[in-house]
Amino acid sequence: MVEKTPILDFLTYLFLILGIVIVGFPIIYAGIAATLPLEKVSMVPMPLIPGDQFLVNMKTAWTRGDLSTQLINSVIMASGITIGKISVSMLGAFSIVYFDYRFRTIAFVTVFCTLMLPVEVRILPTYEMAANVFGPLQPLWDALHLNSVVSWFAGNDIEVALNWSLLDSHTGLILPLVASATCTFLFRQFFLTVPEELCEAAKMDGASPMTFFRKILFPLSKTNIAALVVIEFVYGWNQYLWPLLITTNPKMQTAVIGLQNLIPLADDLPEWNIALSGALIVMLPPIVVVLAMQKWFVKGLVDSEK
Amino acid sequence: MQKRSVFKSKYLPYVLILPQLLVTLTFFYWPAAQGLIQSFFLSDPFGQSNAFVWFDNYVAIFTDPLYLKSIGITVAFSLTTAFVSISLGLTIATLANRATRCKALIRTMLVWPYAVAPAISGILWLFLLHPSFGVVALALKKGFGFNWNPVLNGGDALAMVIVASAWKEISYNFVFFMAGLQAVPHSLIEAASMDGASPFRRFRSITLPLLSPTLFFLTVMNIIYAFFETFGVIHAVTQGGPGGSTNTLVYKVYQDGFIGLDMGSSAAQSVILMVLIVGVTVFQFKFIEKKVQYAG
Repeated sequence: MVEKTPILDFLTYLFLILGIVIVGFPIIYAGIAATLPLEKVSMVPMPLIPGDQFLVNMKTAWTRGDLSTQLINSVIMASGITIGKISVSMLGAFSIVYFDYRFRTIAFVTVFCTLMLPVEVRILPTYEMAANVFGPLQPLWDALHLNSVVSWFAGNDIEVALNWSLLDSHTGLILPLVASATCTFLFRQFFLTVPEELCEAAKMDGASPMTFFRKILFPLSKTNIAALVVIEFVYGWNQYLWPLLITTNPKMQTAVIGLQNLIPLADDLPEWNIALSGALIVMLPPIVVVLAMQKWFVKGLVDSEK
Repeated sequence: MQKRSVFKSKYLPYVLILPQLLVTLTFFYWPAAQGLIQSFFLSDPFGQSNAFVWFDNYVAIFTDPLYLKSIGITVAFSLTTAFVSISLGLTIATLANRATRCKALIRTMLVWPYAVAPAISGILWLFLLHPSFGVVALALKKGFGFNWNPVLNGGDALAMVIVASAWKEISYNFVFFMAGLQAVPHSLIEAASMDGASPFRRFRSITLPLLSPTLFFLTVMNIIYAFFETFGVIHAVTQGGPGGSTNTLVYKVYQDGFIGLDMGSSAAQSVILMVLIVGVTVFQFKFIEKKVQYAG
């Protein structure tokens, strides 16, 4: 700092440590609770010395919450959303920046305006859509009398209804969430800073657009991709409303939703040690990703929100 | 804005943008349009009949005391959550920016709650604030004689979801304030200290004004977060209760539509939220434009 202020420096560190403890308190406390047996965790106040039941509680939470199934669902959903979002928006941004075609601006505006339509404001109709993705095509099918065409081909009368349901499926958990205005915008901004000469040179050497994309644009985007991987993985893992809507089968539930079953209700045994063990397991993967890729995480967060 | 040098291809650009457009049209625009249409209809829960009722659903919503109460709850919830998490984030970031040692370690210890799902944050705080087992609840009772009970008392329940939502968001604000603080020119601080300004005076007269764009941006983002992304906290912890005291607008759409199957009302409520978020987004972009002019 500018001048020597020993007292202020001391206070700075003191309050900083206090802040870190306050921020970390819920998790430290949950960590202690997860090591205690039931009779100790339901004592008031709960003892602050860790017990030896950690592995036992973890195991109980794991089997009772069916975490092996649910964590796999979460991994599939989070990585599906991450990969899907990044590839879909990178290709989209490539199309918008590196080609000149009539509907370019319309396409960009269409994608960008999804920023204003989070799933929270269109809960029911999106659910209906997922229940039958072909639903909107049915009137068209009827209007064109395609039924009679099919019947004629088949030789007897059959009723054809178009139906493709995404409920209780991994596709349903992932697909509706892979469109991303922020990712597309971020890649667009980045592509616009890539020197013109690279594209000129590639064209002169006779490279096709996709070769240019693969050999030049993709390697240049690596830091951006890493940053988005962190943000989108956390986003995908922590999804709540959408998985809650479209999964009813416990085998398809994600881990964050499934945790609800472990919270003791008023009449249950107060098995908070089990509930918190489950919570610790489920929150671990995104925390590991954020901490392991901290540098990219900060970049991703600051860039993608601009 | 566009590149001067572009590729020429008849079909490729359409193929590249197609997946993105298909998903947005199928899962964003079509449902949004359906919601808009549905909001003008009254239908029975079994989808047997559908009557066009003009603005009846909207009129019903705005004359419904429960909805008006929900608006009040949502506003109180969002503003308090934003205020608490922003002020704590700013305080901690200012302290961390002053620290000269262990910078990386300090940052690590402060960023991780970002990765905790809102619903899990709710569970952690439910345990701390639980009327019979929670240690914080006990401290409130023993220390301040405060009869804390979020299971029965609506105000306490609202305070609990605010704490759980704000706690998780501190690290988000911390990251942005750190970025903002590091962009404050060191020469300004040095000049001010040569003129005899104390650290507090420097913070108030130099750092804080320079942080004001960050502060404004974070206010908008935190309110949006509190509005839309705290659904998980409420669903996992209070389910809108007790007695509707934590029933925010988003949770109400879910409850009326998905649980109560009142299609028309739920759709109209969705449209109101849509209008709200469009307004906020436009407002925010206007502001960003101004900021660019200011800096330039």
